[in-house]
Amino acid sequence: MKDVQIVRNDRQLSLANIGVAYLAFIIGTLCGLLQVFIRNDALKLPAWLDYYQILTAHGLLLAIVFTTFFIFAFFQSGMSRTLGAFGRKTSVWSWIGFYVTLFGTLLIVVMVVSGQASVLYTFYAPLQAHGLFYVGLALFVIGTWIQGFALVGHYVVWRKRHKGELSPLFAFMTIATIILWVIACLGVVATVLFQFIPWAFGWTDGINVELSRSLFWYFGHPLVYFWLLPAYMAWYIVVPKIIGGRVFSDSLARLSFILFILFSIPVGFHHQLTEPGIASFWKFLQTVLTFMVIIPSLMTAFSLFATFELRGRELGGRGLFGWVRKLPWRDVRFTSIFVAMFFFIPGGAGGIINASFQMNELIHNTLWVVGHFHITVGTPVAMTFFGLTFWIVPYLTGRVFTKSLQKLAFIQIATWSVGMLLMSTAQHLLGLLGAPRRTAYTGYAHDDAFAWFDGILSNHVTMAVGGSILFISAVLLVYIIVQLWWIAPKADQEHFMTFPIAESDASTTPAFLENWKIWIGIAFILIALAYTIPLSDIIQHAPPGSERFQTW
Amino acid sequence: MKKPQQQNLKGTLISVFFVGGIIIFMWVSVYFLYVSRL
Amino acid sequence: MHFHKYEKIWLVFGVAALIVFLSVVGVSAFHQGNTPSGGHMTIDPNKVRETAPFDQPGLHEKEDGSYEVAMIAMAFGYDPGDLQVPVGEEILFSVTSEDVTHSFSIVGTNVNMMAIPGQINHRKHTFTEPGTYLVICNEYCGSGHHFMSTEIEVVEQ
Ligand code: HEM
Ligand SMILES: [Cu+2]
Ligand SMILES: [Cu+2]
Repeated sequence: MKDVQIVRNDRQLSLANIGVAYLAFIIGTLCGLLQVFIRNDALKLPAWLDYYQILTAHGLLLAIVFTTFFIFAFFQSGMSRTLGAFGRKTSVWSWIGFYVTLFGTLLIVVMVVSGQASVLYTFYAPLQAHGLFYVGLALFVIGTWIQGFALVGHYVVWRKRHKGELSPLFAFMTIATIILWVIACLGVVATVLFQFIPWAFGWTDGINVELSRSLFWYFGHPLVYFWLLPAYMAWYIVVPKIIGGRVFSDSLARLSFILFILFSIPVGFHHQLTEPGIASFWKFLQTVLTFMVIIPSLMTAFSLFATFELRGRELGGRGLFGWVRKLPWRDVRFTSIFVAMFFFIPGGAGGIINASFQMNELIHNTLWVVGHFHITVGTPVAMTFFGLTFWIVPYLTGRVFTKSLQKLAFIQIATWSVGMLLMSTAQHLLGLLGAPRRTAYTGYAHDDAFAWFDGILSNHVTMAVGGSILFISAVLLVYIIVQLWWIAPKADQEHFMTFPIAESDASTTPAFLENWKIWIGIAFILIALAYTIPLSDIIQHAPPGSERFQTW
Repeated sequence: MKKPQQQNLKGTLISVFFVGGIIIFMWVSVYFLYVSRL
Repeated sequence: MHFHKYEKIWLVFGVAALIVFLSVVGVSAFHQGNTPSGGHMTIDPNKVRETAPFDQPGLHEKEDGSYEVAMIAMAFGYDPGDLQVPVGEEILFSVTSEDVTHSFSIVGTNVNMMAIPGQINHRKHTFTEPGTYLVICNEYCGSGHHFMSTEIEVVEQ
């Protein structure tokens, strides 16, 4: 069945994105390994390398580069699979977008490696990196916009040809995620273009720090949903197919994505709860909006369990939980993602705690936060991407995911889970004990700080053990990918890997869910409500700007 | 296909309440830690 | 759009829990005064030491008998470098930075304040136990970030 495979051009586009993603992944995880040892005083870096340079690379390469490139690979292959091969325009613009994103990435990497941008991935002013670092960031975003709009174009063509039809769920969700991304990026583009670049090149003298932080976090929170939504797509659409079921409810799946567009953006202040310049009222308002965005995740949890239960019962599972045993646990494409979902339970619960207004003081900028995003983006999202990788690479290269590679894949996800469990539990507990994040060796001469090396789980050593297991797992993953890309045997007609897309019954789905104008309009109204007054306050009551500092 | 209303989703209901339980347990624990440090 | 009966139960339960969480923190914040640190006063980041109260960093007893600590964060330390405060008294911490962003975070307490250049951050705290408290900067501020710490001595009067 050769025709299940998408056309060559679209395959190569996706593979190019995946290639960059995993190159970033392996370098980034190596940085992570170094970090856990340095924090533990078990490793001294040579003089030309600095902890914060490595940490900047780790954050950027994993949270930004790995995720984004992988997401576009998933979108491109999935859109080609569900809506048909890309036309000339979509194809050309996708490639242009890919190269612009890649060029931005390289510029950023050169600046970080040359030591001129040890500002971490949040690049808070008034730390000033080389101007080209910010140019790289801008190009990165513009590249993703080009790739995103190319996909939107593909979708528009499809809708013109299918008047009055709802688009397939995969396409709907892809477009929703791209809309979210484009609106989110407006904040970071504004601060980079109008604040950082003129200031870093010396064309302006001062920078309004609080404004730049607020614009950054306007972007920073929906950024996490840009990571999460593609994982949700896998959970809603890919996993049901792998287990032989269907989408639980087409309309509720679409509704949850709409809710993410509406409520994931006007909430950035929950990252700024402990800072001055924003009145408590506005902080609390955005806290309330943050809680609204929990609701679609509650809906998602229900849909997923329901999909599993219905399928398990179809296969003869009885009693309350008999269906659990009927699920295809031996299929690593399923098991990997299932475990990823499981990590999201404490991950999401931790997120509610972080957002709970004054409770944020307990954990803000402690190691708790590091633990938190490693069990949100670092596992639920990343391990879902691993689970997708296991079939998407052979799907694109036409090779076989052999039995022995499947065994290795099980070892890979098992090690990642164990490593992450150790590392993130240690980080959560250490954070509650006050241990700071973003620090090289934490050797403060005080009893409270010595305690950070004393516990069983709440110990920097536990964190290092977990981190080491994680890195082994990362190497294993890259080994599997290399096999699937170049070495595993070519698939014959029967063993061709497929792109699993579950059936979704849209017959009762209301058409207004796909009326983007309404949702984009409401999204902007909410953004205006949450941001207009506090942002104009920050601009009108601006202190004299801050100078440029390079303190690394 | 069965009508949604007749689908047996008892296990799902218990599972999501298990999730809810974890959320509440973690939140309450941290809240009390916050209060203890007031 | 159709919701299964159990899904309705779940969502009602979930939303109710969220409302309870929000009410608890909301009442505690706005009724009992436990809002996170904040403030609306700006300051010229290049003239911190010429601007009150940061022209005299340290502990001040004000006329009404209340206490204020003016604290300057800088790469990579704090001014004042050592501080004694009375136990059992409410102390207002006023924090700013004279260079990049830092934090003023007292380990083992809820005091965790961002120090933003150009802004003054406020928070009240009462130490109930005497002792030596560790203060650290938990916002990345440069190569010496992990050396940036100080101690507060909380003493009986
Ligand atoms: C081998 C696997 C990994 C290890 C050992 C590791 C370890 C660490 C450690 C120890 C830190 C905290 C450093 C500090 O605050 O001083 C950190 C930060 C971070 N990690 Fe990881 N990590 C790994 C994988 C990942 C993955 C897969 C992602 C995301 C997809 C990720 C995203 C981040 C981010 C965004 C930060 C914050 C950087 C910053 O504070 O600027 N990590 N990692
Ligand atoms: Cu957020
Ligand atoms: Cu610092």
